[in-house]
Amino acid sequence: MNRSLIIGLTITLLVAGMALLSYAWTPYDATAIDIAAKLQGPSAAHWFGTDHFGRDILSMIMVGSRNSIAVALVAVGIGAGIGIPLGLVAATRGGWLDEMLMRFNDLVFAFPALITAIMITAIFGPGAINAIIAIGIFNIPVFARVTRGAALSILSREFILAAKAIGKSSGGITIDHVLPNIASLLIVQATIQFALGILAEAGLSYLGLGAPPPNPSWGRMLFEAQTMIGIAPHMALFPGLAIVITVLGLNLLGDGLRDVLDPRN
Amino acid sequence: MLSPSILSHLLTRLATSLLTLVFASLVVFSTLEILPGDPARLMLGLGASEDAIAALRGQMGLNQPIILRYLTWAGHMLTGDFGRSYTYAVPVRDLIAERLAVSLPLALMALTLSMAIAIPVGLFAAARRGRAPDSAIMGVTQLGVAIPNFWFALLLVYVFAVTLRLVPAGGFPGWSAGIFPAFKSLLLPAIALALPQAAILARVTRSALIETLSQDYIRTARAKGLTQTAILRRHALPNAMIPVLTILGLQFSFLLAGTVIIENVFYLPGLGRLIFQAITQRDLIVVEGVIMVLVAAVLLVNLIVDLAYAFVDPRLDIPR
Repeated sequence: MNRSLIIGLTITLLVAGMALLSYAWTPYDATAIDIAAKLQGPSAAHWFGTDHFGRDILSMIMVGSRNSIAVALVAVGIGAGIGIPLGLVAATRGGWLDEMLMRFNDLVFAFPALITAIMITAIFGPGAINAIIAIGIFNIPVFARVTRGAALSILSREFILAAKAIGKSSGGITIDHVLPNIASLLIVQATIQFALGILAEAGLSYLGLGAPPPNPSWGRMLFEAQTMIGIAPHMALFPGLAIVITVLGLNLLGDGLRDVLDPRN
Repeated sequence: MLSPSILSHLLTRLATSLLTLVFASLVVFSTLEILPGDPARLMLGLGASEDAIAALRGQMGLNQPIILRYLTWAGHMLTGDFGRSYTYAVPVRDLIAERLAVSLPLALMALTLSMAIAIPVGLFAAARRGRAPDSAIMGVTQLGVAIPNFWFALLLVYVFAVTLRLVPAGGFPGWSAGIFPAFKSLLLPAIALALPQAAILARVTRSALIETLSQDYIRTARAKGLTQTAILRRHALPNAMIPVLTILGLQFSFLLAGTVIIENVFYLPGLGRLIFQAITQRDLIVVEGVIMVLVAAVLLVNLIVDLAYAFVDPRLDIPR
């Protein structure tokens, strides 16, 4: 069995489990302020310590994971939902449509992603929904490009010719033959984009453009930790580790899936 | 030196880049048009009279038709005139030039540093493929890819600025304060930007080298008795540079975006902080100008990468 896959899957399931658990139980109320208990280091009562308002950091990380996962997941959904059909159409139709879609891709790629995301959230105001849209838009060309490239290589194969020979429509060929053959590649890409989405969401909420307070988010926890770095470094340590572990898990999962799903292995 | 086919490819690339730039200007201009909030009202504050606002709107040209405003804006930009900032009341070009003096050295330092780390590390790992040093390096780079640069920046600040007090935790003295103090305050930000990039670059270098090492000409080189080091340096590395260059070009755009966050971590007066503040102050003309400069920079770097292909690999006949 593939080692990356096992480690990656375990981490991913643990993080997802933590997010689910936070709906039912957290050690403390993640938004409860307790000034008497502020800036405590890790202890038996507060495993990851408390922040400058006395909030329990572990509870905040647990609740914050929902936000990270939801934003990244929906952003991947937007990218895949629009990008995959675009890529398929570009590959099967070709011609000016293909050319136009690819130029559109180049255009989106030329914009520094994060800066455009900042612009979008500035236009529509900060918030989880706008962060999702901002990150989702940049997933579209990624999925379109990967889908187009993979579909083109499948379309040149003999079994596609055979399907054409028996009179199958181009739409039918795409759905029955092309899509199943490129699905594994797209799943791997989705895992990678999921991980990038978690990082992007953290960046946006660090800049104050993510979910508004008091909802905890990993990025804003790091922003708040910045001013306390001299007296309470644990405030920066744990939310950062949560991001690193989640992204690492997803990347390992993607690597593992690529090895397992690649028919050449 | 350049073959006609490469030359025509580069000219086509130049043309599409310019077209992308025009498209980008349309997108930027029309997106910011739909922003809520009247810049004139915003500049004058809450107490301003309607007459004063109307007068300023006229002065700023906000009453003209949108197409005319776009053409004026784009035309002026071509002559290097980016307009006047609403909030700073100075030419946007001067603002951008002043901030570029921080961001550009920062991005270049980060780029140089990440290459200086990634290429030797990738080479080292590829030469020991499948053995313990390779697995260890791959593990570390896997971790590096997962680290958000602003968190890494916070850790660097804690260790080197707060605890060891070797470098300042933030701020920028300006180049007028001397090269060394300015350089010192850019050091941590550059490292924070460079290391996560180096992790990606090292992985690409390694896999490109491994791909190259399976080629026939490497076997030939071995057969004629070259040492492993000579094969790697003389034959494998130059041929593996193409994918490395591609990633480098793509990463430049990430690097620019990364500076936005990193400049906020270290309170550096660069382009990233300028655009972030301009967005929150609704200083649209500055936002437009900075985004256009950044898009132009990304396109330019990718053109340079394309040109570099031709020099790295003279055989390369780019398929049309």
